[in-house]
Amino acid sequence: MVLWFLILIPMLAAPLAWIGQQWSRHVARWIAIGALATDLCLALLLWSQDHSGQVSGHGSWLFESHTSWIPLWGISLHLGLDGLSLVLILLTAFLGLIAIVASWTEIQSRVGFFHCNVLLALGGVIGVFLAIDLFLFFFFWEVMLVPMYLLIAVWGHANRRYASFKFFLFTQAGSLVLFVSIITVAFLHQQATGRPSFDYADLMRLTLSKEMAWWLMLAFFIGFVVKLPAPPFHTWLPDTYTEAPTGASIILAGLLAKTGAYGLLRFTVPLFPEVMSEFAPIAMGLGAIGILYGAVLACSQTDLKRLVAYSSLSHMGFILLGAFAGTELALQGVVMQLVAHGLSTGALFMLAGALYERFQTTDMRQMGGLWGVIPRGASMALFFACASLGLPGLANFIGEFLVLFGSYSAQPMVTILASIGMVMAAVYSLGMMQHTSFGPQRETRLAPDLSNVVFGALLLMAALQVLLGLYPRPVLTTTRPVMETLVQPAVPSSHLTHPPSDQMPSANLFTSHVSSP
Amino acid sequence: MILQDFIALAPILDLGAFCVITMLAIAFRRNHARIAVFAFMSCLLTLATLPWAATASPRAVTALLIVDRYALLYMGLVLSTAMVVIGLSYRYLNVQFREHEGIEEYYLLLLLATFGGLVLTVSAHFVSFFLGLELLGLSLCSLIGYVRTRRHPMEAAVKYLLLSISASAILLFGMALLYFESGSMTFRGVGMVMKQVQTVPGLWLGGVVLVFVGVALKLGLAPFHMWIPDVYQGAPAPITAYIATVSKGALVALLLRFVTDVGALQLPSLVHLFSLLAVVSMVTGNMLALFQQNVKRLLAYSSIAHGGYLLVALLAGGPAAAEAVTFYVIVYCAMTLGAFGVVTVYSREGGDAERFEDYRGLFWTRPWLAAMLTLSLLSLAGIPVTAGFIGKFYAIAAGVDAGLWWLVLALIGNSVISLYYYLRLIVTLFDEEPASATTPQGRAVQSTEAAGWTAVFSLGLVASMILLLGVYPGPLMELIRESVSNLLMVGMQRP
Repeated sequence: MVLWFLILIPMLAAPLAWIGQQWSRHVARWIAIGALATDLCLALLLWSQDHSGQVSGHGSWLFESHTSWIPLWGISLHLGLDGLSLVLILLTAFLGLIAIVASWTEIQSRVGFFHCNVLLALGGVIGVFLAIDLFLFFFFWEVMLVPMYLLIAVWGHANRRYASFKFFLFTQAGSLVLFVSIITVAFLHQQATGRPSFDYADLMRLTLSKEMAWWLMLAFFIGFVVKLPAPPFHTWLPDTYTEAPTGASIILAGLLAKTGAYGLLRFTVPLFPEVMSEFAPIAMGLGAIGILYGAVLACSQTDLKRLVAYSSLSHMGFILLGAFAGTELALQGVVMQLVAHGLSTGALFMLAGALYERFQTTDMRQMGGLWGVIPRGASMALFFACASLGLPGLANFIGEFLVLFGSYSAQPMVTILASIGMVMAAVYSLGMMQHTSFGPQRETRLAPDLSNVVFGALLLMAALQVLLGLYPRPVLTTTRPVMETLVQPAVPSSHLTHPPSDQMPSANLFTSHVSSP
Repeated sequence: MILQDFIALAPILDLGAFCVITMLAIAFRRNHARIAVFAFMSCLLTLATLPWAATASPRAVTALLIVDRYALLYMGLVLSTAMVVIGLSYRYLNVQFREHEGIEEYYLLLLLATFGGLVLTVSAHFVSFFLGLELLGLSLCSLIGYVRTRRHPMEAAVKYLLLSISASAILLFGMALLYFESGSMTFRGVGMVMKQVQTVPGLWLGGVVLVFVGVALKLGLAPFHMWIPDVYQGAPAPITAYIATVSKGALVALLLRFVTDVGALQLPSLVHLFSLLAVVSMVTGNMLALFQQNVKRLLAYSSIAHGGYLLVALLAGGPAAAEAVTFYVIVYCAMTLGAFGVVTVYSREGGDAERFEDYRGLFWTRPWLAAMLTLSLLSLAGIPVTAGFIGKFYAIAAGVDAGLWWLVLALIGNSVISLYYYLRLIVTLFDEEPASATTPQGRAVQSTEAAGWTAVFSLGLVASMILLLGVYPGPLMELIRESVSNLLMVGMQRP
């Protein structure tokens, strides 16, 4: 039941925020803040109940809620919380708060409806992280789409209509492919056992023929990767991220992308072990392509938001790479990267939004010398640019490093290619700083520096980055049991020289080495 | 025995009696409100006889009619949809037909059309089939052209009349061929041919195809869809809603029974033909809707596409198909009523609100109305929390179950395409520029004008159905499964 609260608090607060607008814009904002803060506290409470480190892997959940919904089809309202969902829900509530703070001054029209949509979208995201009935999962997967679409279509920048359409059509196309395969899996379960079921645990037990598994896996993969995104399904990303209002950009990059990653980890990888070893190289290759492609394009962007968008594409490549590497190290890196990317990209979008508010543009050619104008903003930008390029000591570094380290044993060539992305990250991140903060001051107008609230939020995110960069253990131990279940028993055949028994202890050794300072 | 027959036929007898009484009441004294309430109550009372009739079902009343749970379910759909249309019509007629004398017959025609629909749902014989269809078609024809003083409705009425006549001609020819080959006019008897002979005679096949074409003409499946956009646009908005829902629902009930009883889906050639029709309908409907600037035409094209989705579900065959089709039709009726209901309520004197510009920024001026339209459109697009999602789920599930991969893929692709134009309309609702900006005073006054409580009530009912079926579809699913098993079972028991 407590899990339902996590979903229902934002969902029920949504209409309240809309109504609250009648009295004051701030009422709507505070309702949204209150709802998300309650969610955050609730999630932290759930986390604190788990000191033993026994956050469950699959099969057993830390918290579970099960109610029948459509018995005819074997569909139930089945929620389950484990370490992975817990970490992502914490991230959701936190970034939700950040998104609202970031929109505090930006959104001045239809404030109530804006926050209504934000809360509905976040409620959907939390639902996605909790649902372990595939039908329910898809339900939430779609629920978050419409409010997100409205956020872009109503409050976006000049080209918002185009961007919102592209976003909706792309993700919906991916979703429908996913939907058909979910239904197919349920029917295969019916063929095998005589009753249809959408339940995660039931479907985990299902054995599929190789050909069927291959197709289904492909469909599950496409459905999630569109959201992630990775090439060649990424073309909606730059437009959408750029045209969305700041708050929506933060949610899109920080959370919606994570739902795709979560889907890969929760469903694609464990449901189809039959074809995993064959498919993994392809997925990892796509991940590496995403890393390099995103990085190359980010280098040549002149628009700040577009640059962050492409860098986000590049970072998501690491997630794809790690998710299919099949080693525990890489999978833990993925979790770290999920959190770290949420924080760093969220902060960069927040900064881009702040710049847009001050100069009505995010075109970097028209900026320069901002360090002298808004020192707070420029210094935070430098910090998060460093985080984004993977400076050791910050969370992104842990994530990317673990992914690369863990993937090397599976696909050395791909991993070597991918690691070039980290170099490119330095190029575009520092290039961004060069264009905006340093050099001659092109913008003669004086602009106010970041407000205390925004600055405080950014400082908080920076503190988390440092904390997780130096002491990643809380996140890693919480998610480790889940990740252990995802480790592929069979290492791809080309690397039989390194038997799994050799890798695993060293992997654990390294994790404990990193995580205990 | 005889009494049981009467009980089974109670809904039809009931509504027939009410038709006569309504006619007499109009002759006695004209009063719009009174007749509207009377028509509404007629439907409601007929609806109340359904459980009673269910006690006597399944039952074959003469060779013409079969009253089973399946038919009763569709009757319920037809009647409740008609009730919603009546609720929507009342204020619309008051506003639109101010100068028009004799509004009351509108309700009589509506009841007659509904009566025809009821007959269709229970038909198991060509004669009852044809009678029901003609009753429905002729009443609708007069309803479409009910506003004699305007050009568009008259044009639409003539178009519908021509369509009806050609459909009937084709249908009759098909029936004649089937009778020639099988010597029987009952669906079941026609189907016997397939079991008796090794190879199916060509004329029999031709007959089935012709009957199907006749039905497809009425349903507006591509390539027999030419009349749909014009009639949908020209007809008064509540009547458009009626054509799109009651008439379609009753025909689908008949088509499903016909296809099941005749066993048409056991012939590969017919399956191929139907598949082709399904794909052509989906693609044509969606493509033509893409760049529509007229809301009614857009909904008309979308209804063609939805006909295609329905065929995909139908093609799956067996109980899964019957369930999926039935669920889809119910859902489709709810969401179409929602969309056209908004058009009805939002229409002002002198013409329906059908241009995109009419809806610009509606959300900021009349949020409830816009929310209703958004809900219906999202449902048509098949987005969760709405009934349309579960409907699409059913259709895809039926297709997957039967292994119709290509059709399912076509359905998905078309769903994505269709999203584009639904979104285009939705985004118009949320556009910056408020509607009152174009015509400063006149519109603003109109926009605050009450929608009329009957219409509000009807739309509220429809909205809650869309949401309820989207969130908690279990009970309806079980009801449908039970009813449909009745259709298949009775089909087998009859000689």
